[in-house]
Amino acid sequence: MTTLPPPSAKKLGLVIDLDTCVGCHACAVACKEWNDGGDFGPLPDSDPYGKAPNGVWFNRVHSYAVEQATPQGSRELTVHFPRSCLHCETPACVTVCPTGASYKRAEDGIVLVDDDKCIGCQLCAWACPYGAREISPQRGTMQKCTLCVDRIYNETLDEADRQPACVMACPTRARHFGDLGDVESAVSKLVAERDGYALMPEFGYQPVNRYLPPRPRRDGADVKPPPREETLDRERLPGVLRWLDRVLSR
Amino acid sequence: MRPTFSIICFTVLSGAGYGLLFLLGLATAFGAMPTLRSQSPLELARFALANPLIPNPSLALATALAVGAILVATGLLCSLGHLGKPARAWRALSQWRSSWLSREGLFSLLSFVPLLGMIVDLIARPTLSSPSMALRACGVLLCLGCVATVVCTAHIYSSLKPIRAWHDRHVVPGYLYLSLYSGALLLTALATLGIPTQTTVVALWLGNALIVAPYAAVSKWRYWRSIDAHGPPRAGAATGLDRLGSVRSFEQPHTEENYLTHEMGFVLARKHSRTLRAFAFWSILLAPMSSLLLAWLGGGFFFAWPALALGLLGVFVERWLFFAEARHAVMAYYGR
Repeated sequence: MTTLPPPSAKKLGLVIDLDTCVGCHACAVACKEWNDGGDFGPLPDSDPYGKAPNGVWFNRVHSYAVEQATPQGSRELTVHFPRSCLHCETPACVTVCPTGASYKRAEDGIVLVDDDKCIGCQLCAWACPYGAREISPQRGTMQKCTLCVDRIYNETLDEADRQPACVMACPTRARHFGDLGDVESAVSKLVAERDGYALMPEFGYQPVNRYLPPRPRRDGADVKPPPREETLDRERLPGVLRWLDRVLSR
Repeated sequence: MRPTFSIICFTVLSGAGYGLLFLLGLATAFGAMPTLRSQSPLELARFALANPLIPNPSLALATALAVGAILVATGLLCSLGHLGKPARAWRALSQWRSSWLSREGLFSLLSFVPLLGMIVDLIARPTLSSPSMALRACGVLLCLGCVATVVCTAHIYSSLKPIRAWHDRHVVPGYLYLSLYSGALLLTALATLGIPTQTTVVALWLGNALIVAPYAAVSKWRYWRSIDAHGPPRAGAATGLDRLGSVRSFEQPHTEENYLTHEMGFVLARKHSRTLRAFAFWSILLAPMSSLLLAWLGGGFFFAWPALALGLLGVFVERWLFFAEARHAVMAYYGR
């Protein structure tokens, strides 16, 4: 059913730290690897080792230069920006689906595609401003991030491993997974502390995932000048201390 | 957006088909076609001699309905070409509560019920002197079905907020006008084949030239002015990084094209949009008028056919531009 379920208390999602992301694409590769071999796999590519490789990836890491004006002149920040499904609270990709293949889980808010029902009309890809959905020409159906639903509830994995593959792979811990519906959760606290924001809220799809903005860079204005050397009037010291000063100054 | 041939064919052909069926349904509902129905065997024989292809007026109406049905069915089959799993297309009828695509499918199939009913009735009772109540009721239902289907088709596009050029208040009226316009062109051309009275043909032709075509063309012109008023989506707004400074993409996530850049990063149209817009505007506006003038100057009713060809070509170009010019919000991430 593509009508949306009532808002769930549990809102599983990702928090992505743009301050620490180094743009290594490990999340994208780990995601591709897991989803090629996990319960949903394989995720076939066309011409993978040829001249024009093409295939579905659930994670895409963009790199941006942000030009800033400072008192010392303009400078550029480099910001790496991983883009994936935001598991919106009111996702248009779900409501436009004519078959009911696209759905939002009532219990935890994960947006999924039922591969047995999808007809590959691609309307959901058109409806998503975040580019979260891609068609697999080999499968003929739409593919998207599952928030590793086959990992996070997987009791055959160690409890520490029950996290999305992208989160596990991140070498700088720029990705955090948790319940953003619970204000007491670690991810919610992180978002509150770092002013995490949602992407393109103007569309009204209410993304669950949050991005943590880069911390302000040091531009020299906030650096304290080195302490001035204290001056000592040696003539005013008592004789013993004057001798000590001369010995220590040697 | 990539102008996919299957979808353009679908919207143009089914639009023309629904326009034609709407006019035929309307005519039947108001009993405007009874003159078509022969009352005496002598009249019928005279008509048959004049029109060897379509031997009787009710069959002429049935044939016109069948042409509409074939266009709509061809359009629907074309749209299946866009699907990754065409064999599962029947599933698309299930989600009418939320999905415009599902509603469109449902209304398009429901419209076939009165349509087939009318065709069967006309073939079974060809010498009826005026339309029966059942036939008129079918005509009303067919009209409603046609309007509902085209409105749903337009809403599939106008409901998509990430594509600013589609999420526009001119989209739904544009689809309706162009559907009626191409249907009227088609009916005029078909009517020249087999209608004994010239007044019906001329009235239809004139109505299209003076009312529908200007409305359709001006509506498109307003649409283009509306979409031009908005700039392309920006990376700064899409990433939320504009609060830090001006944002530019310096490296793409992938070296090759992917589905998104292929499907949504179509840029060819912007280069030629002025020329193509002018062509679509003038051909839509002038096709019925110029052909009517030529017919009046002595060319005869034959000119309804070149008018149909030119008008449909204009609608085809308009529909190509509708897709090709539209920018998708996701391209902001790619800086395209």
